[in-house]
Amino acid sequence: MLSDRVDIPEVWQTLPAAIREQLAAELRPGETLVCWFEPDLDRNLRYRPGLVVLTDQRLLSWESPDDGATRLRFADGDTRSSRRQPRWQSWPLEAGLSLRVREHGSAGVLEWVSASQRLAYWRYSLARAVGARRLAAALDALREGRRLESSGHAPPGSAECASCGATLLAHQVACPRCGAMRPKPPVKSLWRLHRFARKWIVPILLGFCLTLVATAASLIPPYLTMPLMDHVLIPYEYGQRDDLSPVKWYLLGLAGAALLAFLLGWARTYVLAWVSERIAADLRRETYSHLQRLSLEFFSSKRTGDLISRISNDTDRICYFLSGHLLDFANDLLMISMTAAIMLWISPWLALVTLCPLPFIVLLIHRVRDRLKHGFQFASRAWAEMTSVLADTIPGIRVVKAFAQEQKEIERFRRANERVLSANDRVNFAWSLFDPVMILLTDLGVLVIWGFAVYQIWQRNITVGVLAAFLQYIGRFYARLDSMSRIITAAQRAGAATQRVFAILDRKSTVPEPARPVHPGRLRGAIEFRNVSFRYGSRTVLSNVNLKIEPGEMIGLVGPSGAGKTTLINLICRFFDVAEGAILVDGIDIRSFPVEEYRRNIGIVLQEPFLFYGTVADNIAYGKPEATRQEIVAAARAARAHEFILRLPEAYDSLVGERGQLLSGGERQRISIARSLLIDPRILILDEATSSVDTETEHEIQLALDNLIKGRTTIAIAHRLSTLRRADRLVVIERGRVVEVGSHRELLDRSGPYARLYYAQFQMTHSHHSPAAT
Amino acid sequence: MNNPAPDDPIREPDPQFSLEYDALGQLVLIDTAGRRQVGVAPVRMFPISDPDGPVSIVDPAGRELASIPRLEDLPDWQREMIQSALAEREFMPVIRRIISVSSDLEPSQWVVETDRGRVTFQLDDEEDVRRLGPYRVLIIDAHKVRFLVDDVRKLDAASRRILENYL
Repeated sequence: MLSDRVDIPEVWQTLPAAIREQLAAELRPGETLVCWFEPDLDRNLRYRPGLVVLTDQRLLSWESPDDGATRLRFADGDTRSSRRQPRWQSWPLEAGLSLRVREHGSAGVLEWVSASQRLAYWRYSLARAVGARRLAAALDALREGRRLESSGHAPPGSAECASCGATLLAHQVACPRCGAMRPKPPVKSLWRLHRFARKWIVPILLGFCLTLVATAASLIPPYLTMPLMDHVLIPYEYGQRDDLSPVKWYLLGLAGAALLAFLLGWARTYVLAWVSERIAADLRRETYSHLQRLSLEFFSSKRTGDLISRISNDTDRICYFLSGHLLDFANDLLMISMTAAIMLWISPWLALVTLCPLPFIVLLIHRVRDRLKHGFQFASRAWAEMTSVLADTIPGIRVVKAFAQEQKEIERFRRANERVLSANDRVNFAWSLFDPVMILLTDLGVLVIWGFAVYQIWQRNITVGVLAAFLQYIGRFYARLDSMSRIITAAQRAGAATQRVFAILDRKSTVPEPARPVHPGRLRGAIEFRNVSFRYGSRTVLSNVNLKIEPGEMIGLVGPSGAGKTTLINLICRFFDVAEGAILVDGIDIRSFPVEEYRRNIGIVLQEPFLFYGTVADNIAYGKPEATRQEIVAAARAARAHEFILRLPEAYDSLVGERGQLLSGGERQRISIARSLLIDPRILILDEATSSVDTETEHEIQLALDNLIKGRTTIAIAHRLSTLRRADRLVVIERGRVVEVGSHRELLDRSGPYARLYYAQFQMTHSHHSPAAT
Repeated sequence: MNNPAPDDPIREPDPQFSLEYDALGQLVLIDTAGRRQVGVAPVRMFPISDPDGPVSIVDPAGRELASIPRLEDLPDWQREMIQSALAEREFMPVIRRIISVSSDLEPSQWVVETDRGRVTFQLDDEEDVRRLGPYRVLIIDAHKVRFLVDDVRKLDAASRRILENYL
């Protein structure tokens, strides 16, 4: 019925079912639905569903009569409540009317305005921001007579982001607009370790068999005491002075069983410790390599100390659990069931009486378990927080000392340490209760056995030997139960740790690898920005950037800080992906290149060059470890670093980086330039490469850079405009938009923002040099 | 650019000014010289630690035009206008009750009752639940919408238990 009225049927299909019929009735004959948007707030900023619909003739709006509290969700198909008096409003699409989007903080407003007046507005939370912008774009597209590139609604074969409604293509794991990930059903965390255990299945099975045999061996001695007592000792006591020769055999048997249990136990412990160490190592390695592949976004949202603690401390806990406790657990379970079986076999009634406290113990363990798990999670987090304090202050120690804040940092650490303490106290309280309870239950069990067994012996149902064996078995039985209860603790601790480790492993990079990769090989270096926008949360950092850069051209990015220059180069490097639009290199969307292959074409020189701990040569060859010594020296020469490197005590073999040779800012910078030169990138990024050094050094670096720039597409950011003198074109960015493009001369002639910036700096340099200023 | 930036970077904010809304629904600031700046917005300087404290009024480019040390010092009509403009900007639902959390592994779906109605949101990372003080908690969802728990002690026991797993 609908399909003969509209020519974009998918738009209808994506509409919430509950409203579809109503809207169909509301439209005039021949009217075509173009786009729709669901605001989720009312004017008073309360959650309330609504709908704004754009057709080729009108803008229609509908607001739910219920507020959000009644849980009307279109997607639920809840037609009942939406039938209650829907309120429709409509406006013809007259010339001069436009849709305007304003966002601030966590909410935004979509306004329907004429030149002089606001006709209507709809509020929405950021969760719906994409839809609002899409509607505004659809209106613009309609006005210009073009079909919106994509209606924004899901094309067939793709999914919609569950939280913002943006289109997710098949290969996208995270929503490109809102960053929300496709939710994934959680798995019991400890069990997930089996993925790592599979590789070591043979030694694990071996360890398990050893456990089985060792347990069986340890159950022999009590069994041997039974005949020893009944057939030898008691008759002997009653004066039957027979042959005492079986005694030595019994004793030998006892000794043999003990020895066997010892050897098997040793082998078992060793094998399982060996395996668990390897599982933990695999886990650490995999977590770290996964971490390396995550996008910068992940790192900027995480604290270093926390990540370190997850990889080191949490994996260690898992290892400890696997080696020490998982093993015990299997052992205990076996021991308990075997003990129970033997006891039942010897004397069923006595066994049943002995085992009656068992259900209480199970109940107790169950009760305490949840509390423990959360307690341990809390403790892990407190530990991570403490590591974070260290990771924060140790690299920043110069600032700490310069501001004489040692005492404050000590205090901060003390507080973090105290949180660890109190977190541990909290869990300790819970599990410390276990021990006494276990002892109490054991004592009760023994008491029950004595009472019941004495009765049974009196009744001549069992012998004294059986009682002796039972007393030994019950000791073992409860000892095992006790250790099982400790395992519960360790398992919860390891479970919490596993969860924290898997939180990293489960994180998908927001810079996904393409499903059908195009191998870039060696690029030419033509870059094109096509309608590029980027947002961080609600903040629009770049909007609608269009720019073409020729291969080999040098572009200077100019603008106040916070204008979006660094974001622009982060996008070129694919540290982040664009929110809208595309970046093309040599005419191909960079998202279709495998990330690593693409980045091999990019060299980057940062304001604060980072040198790793290692030799100068290692640092220069960082991006190309297979480089020959000649290549390294050539790169250093071109970067004008060769001579100062020769002055270092061990020349190219001098250690730099943390705990290494102290180098000046300019020297470090030239090493990083050499590093970029060596990989011979097609695209070169200079992010404030000279701003942290003095003019003299800047000159040196500039000479080094001139060598680097030759023949490469270069994008340079600089505050000091003089450093951009070689740029072919300057691109002025203000508040996320390109405001001017042209050569230095052209822009000065235009006397726009660039000219203002330039003269301001010019003046400043001059006043700096005048004596009055100093 | 339409409104060239003044060259001196530090300007004293105007102590005397007046505010009004225009027909487009935008807030307009009129300074002592009678100049009108359209589309200004008030911003609380310490929205969480001192919400009643200083407020700044900025133009669309984010430049400060006026600053108000304390809202209560303003005449009533002006204070009300600023407060309603602030309310528009500061959309931060206050969580009254946590109805459910889909799992203790992220990403998890939270269903909460807020002062602005019931809503479902997605939490991407346990670190997006942040303690702001001894009893105040900020939760940032996958879209960076911020939810506030004003006082953990005032939540019901079930909600508190859920939240405590994150603190």
